[in-house]
Amino acid sequence: MPDDVKPVPQLASTTWQIGRVHRKVDAMERMRGVLRYTDDLTLPGMLHGKIKRSPHAHARIISIDASRALAMPGVFAVVTGKDFPTPYGIIPWTPDETALAVDKVLYVGDGVAAVAAIDEDTAIAALAAIDVQYEVLTPIYDPEQALAESDSNPINPYAKHGNLSKEVLLEFGDIDGQIAKADLVIEGEYFFEGTTHAAIEPHCALAQAEPNGLVTVWSATQVSHYLHRELSKVLGIPAHQLRVIQPPLGGAFGGKSEPFDLEFCVAKLAMITGRPVKILYTREEVFYAHRGRHPMRMRYRTGFTKDGKILAMDAKTTIDGGAYSSFGLVTTFYSGQLACSPYVMGAYRFHSRRAYTNKPACGPKRGHGSVQPRFATEVQLDKAAVALGIDPIELRRRNDLGADSETLNAFKIGSNGFLECLSRVEAASEWRERRAALPFGRGLGVAGSTYISGTNYPIYPNAMPQAAVQICVDRSGRARVFSGANDIGQGSSTMLAVIVSEELGMPLVDIRVLAADTDLTPVDLGAYSSRITLMVGNACLEAAKKLRKKVCESVAKRWEIPASRVVLIDRQALDRENPEQRVPLTQAFWWAEEDHGLLGEIGSYNTPKDRHGEYRGGTIGASPAYSFTAHVAEVEVDPETGVVLVKHIWVAHDCGRALSRRIVEGQMEGSAYMGFGEALMEQHIVDPKHWGVHTGPSLLDYRIPTFLDTPALHSLIVEAPDDRGPYGAKEGGEGPLHPSIPAIANAIYDAVGVRMDELPFSPPRVLRALAARAAAEAAGTLPKHKPEEGHR
Amino acid sequence: MNGTVRAALVRLTVNDREHAIAVEPHRTLLEVLRYQLDLIGSKQGCDKGDCGACTVQIDGTPQLSCLTLATAVAGRRVTTVEGLGQCAGGCHPLQDAFDRHDAAQCGFCTPGILLSAEALLRRAARPVTDTEVREALAGNLCRCTGYTKIIDAVIDASRTMFAGAAE
Repeated sequence: MPDDVKPVPQLASTTWQIGRVHRKVDAMERMRGVLRYTDDLTLPGMLHGKIKRSPHAHARIISIDASRALAMPGVFAVVTGKDFPTPYGIIPWTPDETALAVDKVLYVGDGVAAVAAIDEDTAIAALAAIDVQYEVLTPIYDPEQALAESDSNPINPYAKHGNLSKEVLLEFGDIDGQIAKADLVIEGEYFFEGTTHAAIEPHCALAQAEPNGLVTVWSATQVSHYLHRELSKVLGIPAHQLRVIQPPLGGAFGGKSEPFDLEFCVAKLAMITGRPVKILYTREEVFYAHRGRHPMRMRYRTGFTKDGKILAMDAKTTIDGGAYSSFGLVTTFYSGQLACSPYVMGAYRFHSRRAYTNKPACGPKRGHGSVQPRFATEVQLDKAAVALGIDPIELRRRNDLGADSETLNAFKIGSNGFLECLSRVEAASEWRERRAALPFGRGLGVAGSTYISGTNYPIYPNAMPQAAVQICVDRSGRARVFSGANDIGQGSSTMLAVIVSEELGMPLVDIRVLAADTDLTPVDLGAYSSRITLMVGNACLEAAKKLRKKVCESVAKRWEIPASRVVLIDRQALDRENPEQRVPLTQAFWWAEEDHGLLGEIGSYNTPKDRHGEYRGGTIGASPAYSFTAHVAEVEVDPETGVVLVKHIWVAHDCGRALSRRIVEGQMEGSAYMGFGEALMEQHIVDPKHWGVHTGPSLLDYRIPTFLDTPALHSLIVEAPDDRGPYGAKEGGEGPLHPSIPAIANAIYDAVGVRMDELPFSPPRVLRALAARAAAEAAGTLPKHKPEEGHR
Repeated sequence: MNGTVRAALVRLTVNDREHAIAVEPHRTLLEVLRYQLDLIGSKQGCDKGDCGACTVQIDGTPQLSCLTLATAVAGRRVTTVEGLGQCAGGCHPLQDAFDRHDAAQCGFCTPGILLSAEALLRRAARPVTDTEVREALAGNLCRCTGYTKIIDAVIDASRTMFAGAAE
């Protein structure tokens, strides 16, 4: 049963909203079906757009003839890449894509032309009437091959280094010396097949161009500010003539964190036709648009002392980037930079190379760039624990980095609840009592991780605040909160309302959050890298505290008491030492407006710039505060079918301070679920034998877990408040995913004694591994893993 | 699209309101609900019967409106999420439970899930179990929640409804 959701004012308590359970500010409207998502918007005279896509993985465009399409009744306009050829990229250093292909198509699904027509059926018919002539080129699907053929078969025409999209080599400490000293060196090769976001809402955008030149774009985006900038650049119109609005959004997970072709196309088609234009991706287009988790091949060497201390970690990673850079520059850094926590190590080196291939471009998915290396890192630790005869939880404890510490790559860690996370999952799973007793086929596995609460440096270099919030209070006692932050379902608007409620004393229902409209709200960088709670929360807290001070002083003046005695709570202002002295909150606001004029305040937040290393790349991965997570997974492996059944996942996450408990739990459960799906089911792949088409671009063929597949998820909130977060809060949206996959891999080993070093852990792979183990046992090179049920 | 497609007049009842509308023969119920009747609560996640976001009830049974031709529901009773709240004067116990449990994150799959869950609770003779909820909702995908809070909310709502019935 839920806790009481109505906040009970308690003067003895230091907070009246923080840490409670809340009804979200907009959930009921979503559930009633009245809140309008992007595709629910219709404008008078609206046209429907469609994008013609390449059937080839790699080809040169010889010609595009749209005359037949343009002659069709109901067709208003056709645009091609030549209409807006300015290259752009979400990372300003790697502008290597265009709104539609100009000279070359780089993957099956690359956009080549877009049409606006009176209705969707006409638009689809018009696409078929556009004649595109191609010179087909040899596609490359393998990143190693792409790197080898950089000169002979370059893929992306805007690339600076052939098919090498990005290379990073960083070394901390004496790797070779530490490896030489090690009592145990574990070497492993891991392959993480790519996965995609599969938000249930497909991408959608709608644009309107007004006669005065103002262009408005409504889009299912999680980064309205960056979209605003890129639209301005590619369309060639000044930013002040562009307005980007993010309507309520149906899930993103990183899949809507950069501009897509449809946003440029609706804007351009609206400008040409003078009519509103909408494009909604089909589900198939969503799969090809992708920008999901990168496939990575990771070769790891980890050296340990005989008592389990990590001496050295040496990682070589090949990253399959697909056709465009997307966030790839950052991904390549993240594939190594976030691995030096939560553990102490003597030396660390990583060498990562990201290659272009003729596939849908990869990008950021929940836990950007660091979920794959976390899989390798944590399985390596498990292999060492087995080899050294040390309990895997104990081995992790021995390497704990601790609070107020510095990682080997010079990131400064503040609060750190990792040890408590380990203890919580250990206790909840009854690890000590049950693990040794589980029979063959059943097992428990553990893994740990860390993640950032936003990045200290924004995507484009500037010294302005990363987040800003404006709050107005009116005479009816309500507050309006203006924030550029994108609520993508994670509840960020509710988080802001909780902070305003806590400080100003009105309940959440009296607070209206107006979010993500570039005409109305201050700039915010968007919903990525788990930045919103810490950054936007801090900005909101600053504004709310300023307002609170004004209101409390005005009340104090009239009651002739110190302002510190005035409490704003539950629609009232009262005297802490004489609670009978009280007035409605509206009266307090009236007094403050008499004294100060219109009640409004702004708050802004900028990141600390002194918490990273002084080396090239040392700022990437630096965050104001780090979250910590531990998982224990319980599995049952059927040795006859190879089917892995995950029964339970216990996830303990140090979020600093849970501002709204149930929302934090939801993020933890959603993260554990998503990692579980990646571990066992999901594969985002194109088929080289079939011209690079996706193997299953549908929600049936790309298997995501259903109600029946998903294990029991147990969320255990750990709170190690960090001085840099609002009320101590850190992130909770991405960190809890990281240990999912290695915890399951390690549990499979515990259950049946096989190492699953390639994802996903599908029945054929498990069966092959079991057969290899059985052969080794028969040959006497491996002992029997553990007793069967009843043979103990 | 072209002159050969002829719309037919179709009478259907949506959320207890009768409509007589011109429908092209290839239009799905989902298209008619969303784009002709402006009932946008039913969502399109895949348009091919994979995700369940478009689930409505036809004569009380959950059905995928993206796979149902609009002409096929002539004369039948369709209930969408917009009709659910009317059952209990504004807010259905399921919606209240979903709100308290934070069972809707982005909310895009929620209308479909609510209609599948309502049919389960209406048929149930007692408060539902975890397994019953998982089986009844197996055709509805959610990508945000990991399903845990949804299951909690449906069980909680069924307890509330049976407690109310016992009074």
